[in-house]
Amino acid sequence: MSGDPLLRGTIDFVDVLVVLFKVGIAFGFLLVATMFMVWFERKLISDMQNRIGPNVAGPWGILQTLADGLKFFFKEDLRPREADSLVFRLAPYLSVVTAFVAFAIVPVGGVFKDGDPTSGTVSLFGKETYLQVADPPMGILLLLAASSIAVYGIMLAGWSSGSKYPLLGAVRASAQAISYEAALGMAVVAVVIAAGSLSTHDIVAAQSGGYRSWYWFATGLIPFVVFFIAATAELNRPPFDLVEAEQELVGGFHTEYSSIRFAMFFLAEFMNVITMSAIMVTLFFGGPAGPIFFGLDWLFPTLWFFGKVLVFLFVFVWFRATLPRLRYDQLMNLGWKVLIPVMLGWLLVYRAIVLWRDDKIDPIPTIIVGSIIAIVCTALLTAAFSAGDRAFERENTPSDREGS
Amino acid sequence: MLSVLVAQNIAFGIIAAIACISAVRMVTTQNVVHAALYLVAVLASLAAIYILLVAEFVATTQFLVYIGAVMVLFLFGVMLTRAPTTGDSRLTGDHWPIGLGVAVMLAGVLTYVVLDFFGSDQLPNDPIVFDTADVGDSIFSTYLVPFEAVSVLLLAALIGAIVLVRKD
Repeated sequence: MSGDPLLRGTIDFVDVLVVLFKVGIAFGFLLVATMFMVWFERKLISDMQNRIGPNVAGPWGILQTLADGLKFFFKEDLRPREADSLVFRLAPYLSVVTAFVAFAIVPVGGVFKDGDPTSGTVSLFGKETYLQVADPPMGILLLLAASSIAVYGIMLAGWSSGSKYPLLGAVRASAQAISYEAALGMAVVAVVIAAGSLSTHDIVAAQSGGYRSWYWFATGLIPFVVFFIAATAELNRPPFDLVEAEQELVGGFHTEYSSIRFAMFFLAEFMNVITMSAIMVTLFFGGPAGPIFFGLDWLFPTLWFFGKVLVFLFVFVWFRATLPRLRYDQLMNLGWKVLIPVMLGWLLVYRAIVLWRDDKIDPIPTIIVGSIIAIVCTALLTAAFSAGDRAFERENTPSDREGS
Repeated sequence: MLSVLVAQNIAFGIIAAIACISAVRMVTTQNVVHAALYLVAVLASLAAIYILLVAEFVATTQFLVYIGAVMVLFLFGVMLTRAPTTGDSRLTGDHWPIGLGVAVMLAGVLTYVVLDFFGSDQLPNDPIVFDTADVGDSIFSTYLVPFEAVSVLLLAALIGAIVLVRKD
């Protein structure tokens, strides 16, 4: 029986307080981390571009985000005359709330040992509990649910502004999010197969027994790369930031937003970067699991977790400083024609290996059947791609293109 | 003794009220995007009721499939075709009394069936925990044939949609 030991049996008042405490800490932590992330990104990217970056507010400009946030509060809140006022006001909240929700399933601490799903508890006010806000049985699906709700925030913001650039930006953003959600979900499936559970706590526990049980082969190669690319696209981070391509769309879906409502979108965006990094650490890099020195049980797991998250935050900024933005058709091709087929193929291969290794099924028929399926699928896919290319060529005959 | 004031029943009452009000607003509102959003509220309330019934996996699936995919496509279609932000379009057709009649009749039939089947049955005190693994097991053993049939049906619908929109 999995699940948080705190919520087993009868629930008393202290249990409720512990849950509220965890919610409060997670909320506060995410807000502070977001402020840090904005500063970190600006500082790092200016280093990469040989600039100084924010350096006036506080030591090393670390209070710059706070100053910007305060400034947003005092700005005039404009609303276009053509805007749908109810939806216009609702949209930023949808973005921010979903950004918080996904973080609830991330375990941030606790001693995970030897792949044991009952390990990883901490003692909080005399109660045994997990160091994560919630450990629902459907665990990681909550991430996918939250990211599908986040699409609403963007889409409704774009539509309700009653203006053409936000609408175009919103359509782009939601099409991109929906496309890459498929690849993201399939990468998660590979992790779930390897760990044998949907619960994030069990996924971390399954990776915690040293190099043997950390399933780097099953998920570390293809699923991780696919997940990373798809997550970058989900977050609308460069090189997939077509949503706010300034040269084409002004500011994308939040063009008409100003003051604190814009600040909420901004907050949600950076918060999502942190949440996604934390999810990646959880799914692929064992979350808080890691060697513990000097018997400091309460310190090292959390330290490992934040260290791993920081690496991913750095890589996201690095992407932004390095990579040029993709064109829209390149984006769609990468999502649908590369990531999804590769991920499907890997699921097939990995599943065959598991059948052979764990269920002791004779490898020869597995290899034969698997190869036949793989060949047929590849042939069908290639045929479909060439048919699509031919149709594209027909529609864009040279006579149409002479003007451009 | 029927205990009405336990936490689940109060929560159910609130969620059911939200679902009903949203459903009524969905058919009475004159703005097509608002109607879609009210439908989202109805579907989300259903998901909340599934969570009350300890069916978290079904609830998440409801979220992912209906709210995350179906309604997003709805909104896409609406926004890209006709969805003025200001000014309401006349959405209520002239045949609404017939629709109302059908809805009342359907509600009557469903109420009758539920009452007839369950009558005064009491729910067991310990909630039946039916976790994700059980759902997976029964789909791929007991209900394998219906499940595959539905999958093929969906595939056929998908191919049909592609054939319909192809220009050549």
